[in-house]
Amino acid sequence: MTTKVLAIDDSRTIRNLLRLSLETAGFEFHSACDGVEGVARFAEVNPDVVITDINMPNMDGYGVIETLRNRDRTSVPIIVLTTESSDDLKARARNAGATGWIVKPFDDASLVSVLRRLTGHAA
Amino acid sequence: MSGQQSIRDTFFEECEELLEALVEGLAEMEDPDHSKETVNAVFRAVHSIKGGAGAFGLDELVHFAHTFETVLDKVRSDTLEADPDLLKLFQRSGDQLANLVEAARDDKDPNRDAQAVVLGELQKYLGAEDAEEEIVFDAMGLDFGAELVLPDLLDIEDTSDSSESADSSDGQSSLKIAIRFAPKRSLFENGHEPLLLFDAIAELGTLTVSADTSAIPAFAAFDPAEPGIIWKLTLETSESETVLHEVFEFVDSLCDIDIKVQQQEKQSAAPSETIEAEQPKAQAAPDVPEASAAPEAPEMSPERPARGPVKQPAPSSSAASAPANTAAAADRDHRGPKPTLRVDLDRVDRLINTVGELIINQAMIVQRIEELDLPSGANLTNELEAYKLLARDIQEGVMAIRAQPVKPLFQRMSRIVREASDATGKNARMVTVGDATEVDKTVIERLADPLTHMVRNAVDHGLESPEKRRAMGKDEIGTIRMSAAHRSGSVFIEIGDDGAGLNRPRILETAIKKGLIAPDAELSETEIDNLLFLPGFSTAAEVSALSGRGVGMDVVKNAVQALGGRVSITSTPGRGTTFTIILPLTLAVMDGFVISVAQETMVIPIASILETITPHARDLHRIGMYGEVLRVRGRYVPIVDVAQNLGLQRNVDTNGNGVLLLVETEMQELNALRVDAIHDQRQVVIKSLESNYGRIPGVSAATILGDGKIALILDPEELVKLNSDDVAPMPIIANQEDLHHAFHS
Repeated sequence: MTTKVLAIDDSRTIRNLLRLSLETAGFEFHSACDGVEGVARFAEVNPDVVITDINMPNMDGYGVIETLRNRDRTSVPIIVLTTESSDDLKARARNAGATGWIVKPFDDASLVSVLRRLTGHAA
Repeated sequence: MSGQQSIRDTFFEECEELLEALVEGLAEMEDPDHSKETVNAVFRAVHSIKGGAGAFGLDELVHFAHTFETVLDKVRSDTLEADPDLLKLFQRSGDQLANLVEAARDDKDPNRDAQAVVLGELQKYLGAEDAEEEIVFDAMGLDFGAELVLPDLLDIEDTSDSSESADSSDGQSSLKIAIRFAPKRSLFENGHEPLLLFDAIAELGTLTVSADTSAIPAFAAFDPAEPGIIWKLTLETSESETVLHEVFEFVDSLCDIDIKVQQQEKQSAAPSETIEAEQPKAQAAPDVPEASAAPEAPEMSPERPARGPVKQPAPSSSAASAPANTAAAADRDHRGPKPTLRVDLDRVDRLINTVGELIINQAMIVQRIEELDLPSGANLTNELEAYKLLARDIQEGVMAIRAQPVKPLFQRMSRIVREASDATGKNARMVTVGDATEVDKTVIERLADPLTHMVRNAVDHGLESPEKRRAMGKDEIGTIRMSAAHRSGSVFIEIGDDGAGLNRPRILETAIKKGLIAPDAELSETEIDNLLFLPGFSTAAEVSALSGRGVGMDVVKNAVQALGGRVSITSTPGRGTTFTIILPLTLAVMDGFVISVAQETMVIPIASILETITPHARDLHRIGMYGEVLRVRGRYVPIVDVAQNLGLQRNVDTNGNGVLLLVETEMQELNALRVDAIHDQRQVVIKSLESNYGRIPGVSAATILGDGKIALILDPEELVKLNSDDVAPMPIIANQEDLHHAFHS
């Protein structure tokens, strides 16, 4: 079964880049352009792994993580993909329930290998 | 790879939108009651540009955006107040950001000097701690894997045979570290997987893992969600202990972990004794009941114990954002712009073309039906009327797809105004009116350069220095006013300044000096003003560093004419100068007169015709051998014979008669175009001749008429020019000065 990825990012560019690299790598790709849409899409898509940005309109990445962990009680891996790298912010994401943190710009091969590991699927 | 190229294109499109949002947000921030969300939106715009730019390795852009964003973040977090000075800096930063985006898009060098100045000013707001945080981005293309910056442990290959990796540390002193790792339930709930952690640790050296299963309860009491295994790990590594902590970064609050450095030893120690449970995978199963989802993670850092308490505020943040869900869901309606659909421009143009065919087809049907000579009031005639209206609606709807508001264009101009005033030491503000006016996309694109030039000119040459303005009792800050409006089927765009007005004596002097006009020429004020549009008028002597880009107003005029428009000037001494650009609403359809010229059917744009005249013989006068003029209300207007200028055989029957169409040229000279007859007035679809056939002087394009015939669309301006070229040495031109007298006496 194909691994489903839900990417939540307000930047169309980043969504496009993720789509390109993840679809090429064989993932089923879904995306949302802000936190509110993201948590709504989560329920529809039921992804195997979530990638979220932090700085987004309507609901930020922390909100997404907390909602998914608390409301949806999901234990799927949630990866933060952001340009931030400060310890405070990382700690905040971790406490919210993030599984990992990737600093943009990301590199395809590593991202794909991370996702494969996290999901235990070949793709 | 085209996929990447198109993503790159999208990135720059997105940048345009983000820059627009940025400009808007910064303008809103000038209102002291602006909302927090305004600042957030501004921040996000810059942030998103940075994020995308990073992906394409646009380092300069990233660096600038990062600095800009860091200062914005201080405002966002209320540690810095956005006073007017800072807001001004933000605007200039926005300008620089836009320049950098443009430079990156067009692969040009940005203006690094200007950028450095703004960057320096931004950096003054940054403290030492911000500087440290500066991120260095490696340029990463999409298709090669440079290093992954973060998922610390994750970017390792599967090394199930962990002992191998120890080889690399041969001969180096190594640490032996004992780790006791007891995951909590929350570790699995957050998507982590101990196996991945172990994999990551195994990368660091030689790892042995054993599982202590003694805490697993009896079957009856077994809770699959509750982890029961306590893992004992021994790591021999040449890496520092810190690296190990990084591995646990994301799980340190989700487990009990104890890391002990047991000894520092030479690498010769035999680790093989401890192979009690090398197969964590097997044991992991009971441990990870529901967790087929395997995550990884994080680190715990005894050396950074302060983090524990620091993170505790997180729950409160969850309190803050969790309710935000519902709130946010409630105002979903105002999130972002209206939903849009992105369509390939080619498709739109194909549709426009097809609709054009529909209009032509409709004209043909109308003609055929008229030929049937049906009784008036026949049902068919009524239906036909409805069909015509519908076709027109469809056409307008389709054209609207290509229409875009001039707002982004105007916003760009306000940037130019700021740059120009910085460069010239003048104070200027920009006022825009009607920026929601929609204009064809191509028109907007092609107007950018001419407008930039005009706006620069307005600041540079139009406005006086602050001292002079003060002395004259004017507001020190000059105003550049840009407006756009739809008026009677055309788009009017005006660029005005409240400066000194045109210096007519000087313009005249320059034109004479450059040999553009005769020294004794008597010109009206309007004619003097229009000298600015003559090629070669713009002089290096009067061009400052700012406007001096080798572009004269003639280039502006040509660009506007190429769009089927015209440009004019009005100026009042001491009050300022206004340029008006009048453009057709669309480039694809136009209202025209269907005329005949030497038995050929042709079309002439209505917009260019001031008046149609059926002349009396007494109003026609010959001048010299070839020239002929028409007397209109006391003025003498040169007659341009269309057939003759197109190289057609003049129709002997109508020679000297026919119909005269009064047109005004860019120089605001009147001319009368002689044609045989006017047959009809109708909308015609413009078909380019140049791409299908070639360029014909005096003809701008072609169209297909109701009877299926192709008709040429005439270019009056060019016809007049052809006329003067042909007969240049002839009397009518020799008498040009006299004509001017005649016109203005």
